[in-house]
Parts: sequence; structure tokens; C-alpha cells
Amino acid sequence: MHHKIEVHDLSFNYPDGRQALRSVTLCVEPGEKIALVGPNGAGKSTLLLHLNGILRGVGSVCVAGMDLNEGNLGKIRAAVGLVFQNPDDQLFSPTVLDDVAFGPLNMGLPEATVRIKTEAALAAVGMADYINRNSHHLSIGEKKRIAIATVLSMDPEILVLDEPTAGLDPRARRNLITLLRQLDMTMLVSTHDMRMVAELFDRTAIMEDGRIVAVGATEDLLADQQLLDQHGLEMV
Amino acid sequence: MNLHFDDQYQQGNSVVHQLDPRIKVILTLLFVLTASLTPFGDFGIFAALFAFVMLVALNTGVGVGYVLRRSVVALPFALAAITLPFTVPGEILATLPIFGGLTISLPGVIRFVTILLKSWISLQMAILLVAVTPVADILWALRALHLPQPLVAIVSFMYRYLFVLSDEVLRLLRARAARSGTRAGLRSGGSIVWRGQVAGRMAGSLMLRSFERSERIYNAMLARGYTGQISTLIRSHLRPIDFIALFTTLTFFCTLLFLAYLT
Amino acid sequence: MYYHLLLNVLKPPALHIPDGFLSTPVAIVGWVLAILIISFALRQTRDQLGERQIPLLGIMAAFIFAAQAINFPVAGGTSGHLLGGALAAIVLGPWAAVLVMTAVIGLQGLLFQDGGLLAMGWNIMNMGVLTAFTGYLVYNLIKRVTGQSSTGLIIAGIVGAWLSVEVGAIATALQLAVSGTSPLNISLPAMVGVHALIGIGEALITVGALTLIASTRADLLEQGRKAGGALSAAWVTGGLLIALIVAVFSFAASGSPDGLERVADNNGFLSRALDPFYTILPDYTIPFVANETLSGILAVVLGTLLVFGIAILVGRGLRRMPKSA
Repeated sequence: MHHKIEVHDLSFNYPDGRQALRSVTLCVEPGEKIALVGPNGAGKSTLLLHLNGILRGVGSVCVAGMDLNEGNLGKIRAAVGLVFQNPDDQLFSPTVLDDVAFGPLNMGLPEATVRIKTEAALAAVGMADYINRNSHHLSIGEKKRIAIATVLSMDPEILVLDEPTAGLDPRARRNLITLLRQLDMTMLVSTHDMRMVAELFDRTAIMEDGRIVAVGATEDLLADQQLLDQHGLEMV
Repeated sequence: MNLHFDDQYQQGNSVVHQLDPRIKVILTLLFVLTASLTPFGDFGIFAALFAFVMLVALNTGVGVGYVLRRSVVALPFALAAITLPFTVPGEILATLPIFGGLTISLPGVIRFVTILLKSWISLQMAILLVAVTPVADILWALRALHLPQPLVAIVSFMYRYLFVLSDEVLRLLRARAARSGTRAGLRSGGSIVWRGQVAGRMAGSLMLRSFERSERIYNAMLARGYTGQISTLIRSHLRPIDFIALFTTLTFFCTLLFLAYLT
Repeated sequence: MYYHLLLNVLKPPALHIPDGFLSTPVAIVGWVLAILIISFALRQTRDQLGERQIPLLGIMAAFIFAAQAINFPVAGGTSGHLLGGALAAIVLGPWAAVLVMTAVIGLQGLLFQDGGLLAMGWNIMNMGVLTAFTGYLVYNLIKRVTGQSSTGLIIAGIVGAWLSVEVGAIATALQLAVSGTSPLNISLPAMVGVHALIGIGEALITVGALTLIASTRADLLEQGRKAGGALSAAWVTGGLLIALIVAVFSFAASGSPDGLERVADNNGFLSRALDPFYTILPDYTIPFVANETLSGILAVVLGTLLVFGIAILVGRGLRRMPKSA
């Protein structure tokens, strides 16, 4: 178990020519929780999509000790749990049970094991009672937590989240932050929520225009007002 | 803002509720087939089938009123068969003093009433099926009955996103309504063509958004190891009661048809 | 009862045939055809779309279902609506559209009792297959003539969408006639007439959608055109219509009490218009089959199996297509 993310010199162009990532280098150490911040359009989501091979750029991506290539995509996707911004895109099965079971079932695990992992994942996010519900009736806060469960059931080494607190009311946001604090895993989280960054994350990386413009201890970065202003960051 | 399609499933602990969903689907189809095979005018059979439906409605707690109310929906299509009393030749019941003497024949009336009855009771059985079986179970049953996996998966996805997209349509319609003001003295509403274009653009932009959404969903599926096949958990196992229900009901239907064709 | 209210207020007089209106043999033939075509569509789209098959077609089906609620006032309290078969086929390709519409019709029938269960076979054929294929073929035919111009797109879209609805309506009328539910000389004009108006709504909405897509994501329309399977779609459409018409006439000619001949006798001028057919008709029955229903069924089955055989052969040839990413 390596629990590491190592990205070296990663560049990526969209089909229409736009350069989304420019020589991005980032390392996340085992057990670390790192925040990825920056204005919209900086390339944060694009970078996240490289971590499990959905997008493939030029440069090296090494996740959980594996170099990303065509052959080990399956294993990498099991090792990196990627939670997308819009939970509606992620909860695509008839019931919560089916959604959380999707990952392990696809991996080929036997049914009995799948059920155990599903229940454990839902318990870990505090949604055990929701197991037979239909996701479309749930609140966004509930959906976000179940979306996390859908990747937890695959026992990933690393959790990557795209804007987990976006759209949540204060109570749901507080619940989610508590949940993230409780999850003892390597984590990379893209967010605009600077207060959460200050609370939860030891290190922060600032992205703008496809580049990592600063990486360091969260405390230090947040104290540098000029840096924050330069990249449109505010303690909201 | 949520458009809530009435979730037709009604919880319950009746014998019927607890039957395997595959059995419920099969029995519903056999019921409709039996009704369809019943010859014109065999009203005794229809009465028996109706009694069957009512029995199930009572046993499951769904209730006779509910089933009767919902089954009124099919009436408009009756117009398709309305010409039968006037066109089927046979014993004349009455002559209307229009169109140069329009005749109403007995066989025609029998045929017309039969079609309506067949339609009505088949509808009731379908209503019962959804009332006692959750959608997820119905979809699983179809898969378990060997409907092609991709097709069932497509329907599952469709069902899941029905509400999301219908919400979007509702918002589009409301936004349009909010901008549909009038002013005294001016003719509002634009031409038919313009209105059609507006509606078309709403559909077009929703279609594009749906494309993009499907890409995001595809990525989410990839992120969880999707490689083209969708596996699902087993939802139910056949038990003795299922076989008993299947055989008794099958016998009932066959007996009815026997009686119908031998008399 | 939210949805049911919405449904009954916004829904156009549709082609969803409930159970009871089609005779059992006719309904079963419909199912056999639907199963054959759906199987072919599944294979065709798997080649065409790969892994994306399920999420794309699933969401598109949800879109079509939702979009059927988009309306616009036409006149006197009525409104124009979208059925969606033509639009789906033009954007996604004919065989992908078959699956999309099958999902829509299947769910409508199963969950909302919109259309019968036994009748679902023909409902799928009428609203899913015939509309999609007709719309697609007519649209692309016209575009081939008019080229890339935006006017060309508009004309192609309008005619394609309008015809798609008409063909679906005609097929429905034919099936009702063969089943003995509605004599052809009443159901056909009625269906054709009513749907000529409904088709206008379909045409306008379809074209509005197409023009928007063309101006924002023209690449999607290209994909639909290149989707392939057009030839097999053409064979199926043509063959189906021919087979249905043959079935109706042979059913009528076999002397059943509900036959065209007899009915037309009761109904004035239409019988005079159809007189020439009656001289041809007696020769049209399949000889050794006396029973009128059987005769009709055989005609449909034989005609369509023949056509379908050709379609499959053509389809096999078309399947040497590169798998899209």
C-alpha cells in the first residue's frame, strides 16, 4: 500500500487546442490531506481527471505506486477514489445499495463481500439507513455523502474530491467537514472553501492558468495576503 | 424544486407483495394474454378476470377504489373502436336517423364492449403490478428473465435521470411563463412558427446539456471501474410460495380459456 | 397524482395503443418484430458506441421522455408536442434511436400504463422504429440534395419530422384494421388527418432543436449522419410498410365480415373511390389459407421476414465500421 500521488511535469491540451495543464508537478505523501485551490478555469478539475486516467496528458502520473498506463487503469481506478462535483452525475443506479455496490461488483468481488463492503462504506459516511432509498429524493448533502460511499466501498488508498462542500447549507457543510476529518486517508481536495482549507488541510497547492503557482503549509500560504490577492483567493 | 412523479409503489406485507418480482411480472403478462385470447362476448370470463383483479387489489391493500380510479385513463382511446357498432354486420339493434340510416348491430356492440373490457382489466392488472412491486425490483426481474442486459441498464439509467431532466423541463417552462407577459392593445404570443422555434430551442439546449451530462456520468462510471458491463446484486430468490402462486394462477387462466373455447 | 395530471394535460393524442385493441396474433407479430429489431439495434450500437452505449442512450431516453412535456400553444387550447423519434435518430443515428425510443415506450407502458403490455410490440415499432427510421432517412435524403445550407437543414428537418409522425400514424391505423378494431377507411383518414396537425408541432420543435444544435455543436449532427445502419433501416421501413399494407388487403379480401369491402358498402363515397381495388383484391389473398386472421398474419410475417433477412445481410456488410473511442 503506497497511498501516494506523484505527478511530474504533466501537460494537457483539450481537443480544441486550449492548454489546460502546463507542466504540473505535485506530490501528495501517504496520509497527507492536501487542498487544491485556485480560480475557476485554473485546471483543477482537469488535473483531478488525470489521476485515474480518464484524461491522459503528457508527463508522468504515478499513483499508489503504479505508473499510469493503459494496462493498469483498472487497478488505478480501484486505488484512487474520485468523487465528482455533482453528485447527480455520480449516483446513477436505481437504489443507494446498487450505487455503492457498483464499484466492488465491477471489480468482480463475490456478492457476500460486496454487501459487507457496501454496508461498511455507508456506515463510514453515516448513511447506513439509506441503503434501500432511491437517490433522486435525497438532499444534496445526503447525496454528496453517498457519493463518497460509492468510492469508499472500493477500499481506495487515496481519496480525491472535487468541490465537496459546493452547494451545501451550513449544517450539511459542517457534517461533511467532520466526515472528511474522520476519514483517515490520503486526500486531495479541490475547493473554493478557504475556511475548510484552513481547518482540515496541512498543505495547500494554488493553481492558476494550468500551473501550480505555489505549494506549501496552509498556514503560511493563507498568511500571505499578497499571494491570495494575486490569485483571487479570499477567506470566505 | 422537485417534480415528484407519484411513486406508485405501495408498501405492504401481503402474500402478493412478497412474491418474487419475476413471478409478478410473468403473471401480469399472462393475465393480459388471457384477456386478449378471450373470444368476443364471453362476458363470464371477463367477470372472472375482473374478480381476480379485485381480489388481488383487496389482498394487497391497494384497494378497489385506487385501481378503478387510475384505470379510467384509457378511456380516450376507446374512440378508435367506436365505429364497431355501426360497421360490423349482424342483427340490427337500432337505426339512427342520420347519415342515411346508420345501423347499430348487436355483434358490433358486443365487439365494442369486449374490446373496452379487455383494455380496462388489462390496465388494472398493470396498475396493480406497479403498486406492489418497486421499480428497482421490476427492472431486476426483467434482467433476471433474460432481457438483454444493455437494454435493461439503459432503462435503469433512464428511470434514474427521468426526474432530474423533467425538473429541468419544468424550470424551462416556468422561465418561459415568467417571460410571457402581455400588454394592453398588443397582440402577444408571436406566431406559431416562432413559438414552435422557442420550444424547439428549449428541447435542443436540453439535449446538449444531456449529452454533456452523459459524458460526466460516463466518467463517474469509469472512475468506479466500468468496462462496459453492468453487474447487479441478486434481489430475490424463488421460494415455494412463488411456484404455488404461478401454478394456481396459470391453472385458473387455462381453465377460463378452456371454458371459453369449448362452449 | 402530479405526473398523471401533467401527463393528461400536456400529452398529445398519442399513438400508444392500449391492450385489447389489437388482436392477439397481430400483437404477437408486433412483439416478434420488435424483438428482432431491438436485438439488431443492440449489436449495431454496441459497435457504434462502445462503452458509452449505456450512459449515453440512457440519458438520451430520459431526455426524450422529459422533452415530450415541452409544448407550445397552437390554437384554441391545443398545443404542439414532440414525440422525438425523428430527432433522436437524426442526432444519434437510426439504430441508437430505436433503443432510446424503446426505453421510453417501455417505461411509459410498464410504469405509467401509457400503452398496453401486449400491444407494446407494435407501439415500439410504430413510435420507436418507424418514426426514427422515416425521420432519419427523409432528413438525410433531403440534406443530400440541399447540401450544407441552413435552409436545407430546416427543410429536411421539417419534412423528416412531419413524415415520421404520419408514417407512425398510418402504421397504427393499419394494425387496428388488421385486428378488426377499426375499419381502414375510417381509421386511416382519421389518423392521417389528426397527425397531419400533430406533425406540425413535431416538425417545428424538431427543427428548433436541430438549428440550435447545429449552431452550438455541429459535430454532434455529424456523428448522427455517420452513425451508419441507414441502409438496413431503409429496408426495414419499406418492408414493414409493404407487409402491413399487404396484410390489410389480404385480410380484407378474404371475405371476413369486417373486411374493407363490406364496410365500404355502408359508407358512401369512399367505397366508390376504392372500387378499383376490389377487382384486384380477390387475387391478393394467400391462396390455401382460408382463415382470415391467419391469412393476414402470414402476409405480415412472410413479408417482413423476407425484408428483414435482407436487412441483416446488409447490416452485416455495414458492420465493418471502426469502433468509436
